[in-house]
Amino acid sequence: MINYVIRRLLYMFPLLLGVNLITFVLFFVVNSPDDMARMHLGQKYVTEEAVSKWKVERGYDLPLFWNDSQEGVGKAEKTIFFEKSVSLFMLKFGRSDNGRDIAADIGQRMWPSLAIALPSLIIGLLANISFALLMVFFRTSRLAFWGVTLCVALMSISGLFYIIGGQFLVGKLLMLVPISGYDTGFAAIKFLILPVLIGVVSGIGSGTRWYRTLFLEEIEKDYVRTARAKGLSETAVLFRHVLQNAMIPILTGVVVILPLLFMGSLLTESFFSIPGLGSYTIDAINMQDFAIVRSMVFLGSLLYIFGLLLTDISYTLVDPRVRLS
Amino acid sequence: MVVYWTDALIFLLAIAILLLGWRASRKEHLRRPWRKVAQNRVGMVSLVVLLFFVVIGLLDSIHFYPDLDKGSEQQSGEAISLFDKWVTPIRLQEEKSYSAPFASRLFAKEMIEQPNGQVVWDYPRLKYGGAHLVDEGVKKSDILALTAGGMLKGLGFWLLVTSSFALIRWRSLSKMRRNLGLVLNGATTLPLRAITLTILFLSLCTFSAMELAPHYHLFGTDKVGQDVFYQALKSIRTGLMIGTLTTLVMLPLALSFGILAGFFRGWVDDVIQYLYTTLSSIPGVLLIAASILMMQVYMANHEEQFASLALRADMRLLFLCLILGITSWTGLCRLLRAETLKLREMEYVQAATAMGVKRGVILVRHILPNLFHIVLISIVLDFSALVLAEAVLSYVNIGVDPTTNSWGNMINSARLEMAREPVVWWSLAAAFSFMFTLVLAANLFADAVRDAFDPRRASD
Repeated sequence: MINYVIRRLLYMFPLLLGVNLITFVLFFVVNSPDDMARMHLGQKYVTEEAVSKWKVERGYDLPLFWNDSQEGVGKAEKTIFFEKSVSLFMLKFGRSDNGRDIAADIGQRMWPSLAIALPSLIIGLLANISFALLMVFFRTSRLAFWGVTLCVALMSISGLFYIIGGQFLVGKLLMLVPISGYDTGFAAIKFLILPVLIGVVSGIGSGTRWYRTLFLEEIEKDYVRTARAKGLSETAVLFRHVLQNAMIPILTGVVVILPLLFMGSLLTESFFSIPGLGSYTIDAINMQDFAIVRSMVFLGSLLYIFGLLLTDISYTLVDPRVRLS
Repeated sequence: MVVYWTDALIFLLAIAILLLGWRASRKEHLRRPWRKVAQNRVGMVSLVVLLFFVVIGLLDSIHFYPDLDKGSEQQSGEAISLFDKWVTPIRLQEEKSYSAPFASRLFAKEMIEQPNGQVVWDYPRLKYGGAHLVDEGVKKSDILALTAGGMLKGLGFWLLVTSSFALIRWRSLSKMRRNLGLVLNGATTLPLRAITLTILFLSLCTFSAMELAPHYHLFGTDKVGQDVFYQALKSIRTGLMIGTLTTLVMLPLALSFGILAGFFRGWVDDVIQYLYTTLSSIPGVLLIAASILMMQVYMANHEEQFASLALRADMRLLFLCLILGITSWTGLCRLLRAETLKLREMEYVQAATAMGVKRGVILVRHILPNLFHIVLISIVLDFSALVLAEAVLSYVNIGVDPTTNSWGNMINSARLEMAREPVVWWSLAAAFSFMFTLVLAANLFADAVRDAFDPRRASD
């Protein structure tokens, strides 16, 4: 077990290195730092001095991979690749293009993201599983057919519609909660209700359908037939046998996204102007702040890979048949 | 005639699909699952709706420069499509600013100078919407009359189409009469009743819209006075492009890597697995954002390569499809690898190996055809997700070019107007309802295809 975890942890490095290379090529090789400087300073009327000043301030004036002007290790260290990409491995995010400390921003902004993402996930999970169980329970009646149709219809609605419609209906017409904004501490709750609600509702269609398939797959298995043959009631079969066995794929599906919850949701956060990591990323994209986008790409990949590792470990915990070797 | 990259590719794709369909129709084992799709009522109804969208999208993909000697039309030097030509009145009828659906007056009050020199603060009449009305009081009855006229034409068109089809199919009158009863009862194996009713509905809608659109703005006008209905129709092409061209990018990658990894195993498998784990661990939106940002920088620095605005927008659309394809092939690749791993242990593959068939031949003849159902199912499932993704990406400003008509851009520009009082809702409504129709049809069709092709579901 420990051996396996160590091996997986070591495997993370080549993966992250790959991610790093891809982002490096995207940000520095496809377009040179000069291009980025021009983009920021304005396209046409920009002097060479302004461009080089912009580059020096942000440390983009170094060579890409190899610095001949330095001595010894400095040849590899004093380069853009080392300073901007490799330093990400030490979680040194450096400064954004307009001079803010990215690590501090991330540390501050991940909590609002989590405050929305975690309740949305838990409530959503409960809602989806209960609906799916209901649909499986009534699987032979017309109700199930209309349930599936409703799910497909809900799935076909754009996520933007849920947000805009929800804001309009709950925030503007009914005036139950503020439309957008955020506060510190417990005062934030009234700002969180609507985004969480919308997060849950927008996921119901696809979530319910997915869990329903899992349950239906489970319900055709032999042990379920045995349970019924023993004379167990349908509810007992559903809850004690089907639900418990279907929990394995459900749990592992959830575990993989757990670390990513910190990243927040791009859409929800920007619509509700919540100062989380999602809106941070969107602002960075809109302001074309490459340093932040680069850091977020790395952070996102890191969390995802970590999630994969957690999934593998959780397999062994919930399913005794799986042994890692 | 002018051919954009996306135009060429979409027609290439359409031809490829037709060829595949023609091939499939000649082989019994390929025809069987399709017959099952054809018997699915919901699936066929959604297929008809999808085809309707596809026809509009294809018509919108044949571009040419309008005749310059017809001086009456406004000439901007931009190429227009066959579809633009068809809907010319609503393309050119631009108002000053917002107006509500079916309105005959602008949405906001203005200073109007009357003929006698007096200046009044009122809602001015629209330049085109309801302009033919002398008395605005009869607007409602006028709309009703136009709709009724359109519906009559639609009914006529539908009768013409269905009866000619019946004539071609059943030839003799007695046979037609017998089959008519079956169709009306819904007793035919092909759900003809549902299909013809869908066609009836679509033709009624189309013909009434055609009657109404020259005189009214069906979905109102947007901030700069452009007809929202026209924008929504034009967006169909963008949606279809994103949904299909991405597949074109994704498919070769997923197929070749998936099969190679599953078939050769060993270090090939390791490398390919490493490749797709790395790619899939980068959050998709961020990778797309990074790539689009870089493309913007490139385009800004190489303006001379993009001669016209339309060409630039087209390249951006193509690039978006490319990026979406690169971010989305990993899922399918994983599935194909697993399936190939299973298939290569099958007896018929072993037999082929034992008889000395070359590996390349085994791959093409024994492995590839058996992966077809996975590919097909994942393509149709991805389509609707991609159409929805376009709207989100355009909202984040990393989607299609802002000058391209797309539902995402419509939503993006209309979103801020929700704060207005009274609300400007029609742009959003039009974009969402068009998108919903297309995605719902695609989802339902995908379900039908999956039911027919997935061996785990094909119980009968």
